[in-house]
Amino acid sequence: MKLFLIEARLHLREWPFLLFTVGLPTLLLVALGLSIPDMTKVQESGERAVDTHMPSMMALLSLLTLACNVLPAVLATYREQGVLRRMSTTPVHPGRVLGVQLLINLGVGAVSTVILIVAGKLVFGSALPRQWVGFILVFLLGTAALLAIGLVIAAIAPNGKVAPGIGSAVMFPLMFVAGMWVPRETMPDAMRVVSDYSVAGPFAQALRDTWAGHAPQLMHLVVIAAGLVVFGGLAVRLFRWE
Amino acid sequence: MKIIEVRNLRKRYPKHLAVDDVSFDVADGEIFGILGPNGAGKTTTVECVAGLRVPDGGTVRVAGLDPQRDRTELREVLGLQLQSAALPEKIKVREAMDLYASFYPDPADWSELLERVGLDSKREALFKSLSGGQRQRLSVALALVGKPRVAVLDELTTGLDPQARRDTWELVEGIRDAGVTIVLVTHFMEEAERLCDRLALIDAGKVVATDTPAGFIAHLGGDQRVRFRPSGPFDDGLLLALPEVKEVGRSGDQVVVSGTGNLAPAVTLALAQHQIVPGDLRIERATLDDAFLALTGRKLS
Repeated sequence: MKLFLIEARLHLREWPFLLFTVGLPTLLLVALGLSIPDMTKVQESGERAVDTHMPSMMALLSLLTLACNVLPAVLATYREQGVLRRMSTTPVHPGRVLGVQLLINLGVGAVSTVILIVAGKLVFGSALPRQWVGFILVFLLGTAALLAIGLVIAAIAPNGKVAPGIGSAVMFPLMFVAGMWVPRETMPDAMRVVSDYSVAGPFAQALRDTWAGHAPQLMHLVVIAAGLVVFGGLAVRLFRWE
Repeated sequence: MKIIEVRNLRKRYPKHLAVDDVSFDVADGEIFGILGPNGAGKTTTVECVAGLRVPDGGTVRVAGLDPQRDRTELREVLGLQLQSAALPEKIKVREAMDLYASFYPDPADWSELLERVGLDSKREALFKSLSGGQRQRLSVALALVGKPRVAVLDELTTGLDPQARRDTWELVEGIRDAGVTIVLVTHFMEEAERLCDRLALIDAGKVVATDTPAGFIAHLGGDQRVRFRPSGPFDDGLLLALPEVKEVGRSGDQVVVSGTGNLAPAVTLALAQHQIVPGDLRIERATLDDAFLALTGRKLS
């Protein structure tokens, strides 16, 4: 518990992180939504881009930044500076730090997502997630899968400076195939297939589906869960404490 | 009573043999030194003792515990201070102490510990703003916060200025006086001589010898020298008649007497009987450096 409180305080002391993980996504949603007319135009599907597409993408931006940049940077730095090794000389296993870090990043991601939802409601009158139980479950499953990817990055990064670089190299392709710049519904078929298996793609789509009140597609959930298992397993095998 | 027993410890890394064959015992309540040049296998040895590394051979017991089997119990009786910085940069001194205290079932009063290591005024300081000496002292305080029976201090004073080093030595003696057994890893002869009750000299993964600092030096034989400026002329035979004296030499107006045993008192007493006062009296003793050189044929640093 004390470890959680202190690690959380340390996270807040690195306030530039929060700028990117909480501030930027909401700022982008509001600024782009207000400045680009197409964002608030009703599409063929009957909804506007600011309703589910934009906020889902911004939530994904926040979660990917946490998973691919923040988490690996913190853990690789801890390993590099011997923080994890120092802890392994106490009765408490350093695995606890890992668990606490995962919780903190999940928490920040959740706060960021809630702020996005509230901002969408206040600024654009968008609906709250209609299938909210499904939305929360998808959020938890998908975030866990992304964090597992982050752990693999933390495991292979030689130090805390290189980690965010590797993270960005993973993050931007994932954002692309998830539909950040080309929404999934307008993607060429071949690209949509890639997107369907990219973990981030099905995660974004499942968020949108539950947001709009539909059930998420089973295939999407399977891909996300498989990502969690594969990358979680890899992380367990590859992670080094020193 | 032995609190640490190490028998035929062996540890091989992929590229080299770090510890070849190390055995030693540490008695309850002493300051035991592990001394040797860089790369001799000192750190690997204590890491095996602390359960951070799995030895390839040999046995280790700390307070009767097997570091591999009794992982958690061992960590409750053994506090380890590591060589390098090992805290998040932005953690406050107070938070670090509070956090580490929470890791142990029956922790020490960490405020009092901070006072003891002289960091009371730095409670609110961030770890990254501490000087090298302050970090080392914090690291000692963290090693003690679990009320260990044994504290392992690895290269405690490396990188400290002479004043900070002396302060740290006093701190270590204070810890021993409080009843904690200390294993001190160092490559500083002066430090080992000043602090250790007994020490093991390690070279190339093996224990060269284990003895008290005085014992090491005594083994070197007649390497003691007394140097002084006599207040008047005297005959060398006067000193050569003493059983302690082996040789008398003169350089300028200085007399250099070498010998063994209680050389200086014997010399001054003999001179006093002839109303000669030895001015600028200096005693030059062999050091652990000399002992290391004699035992291994190599210089320590």
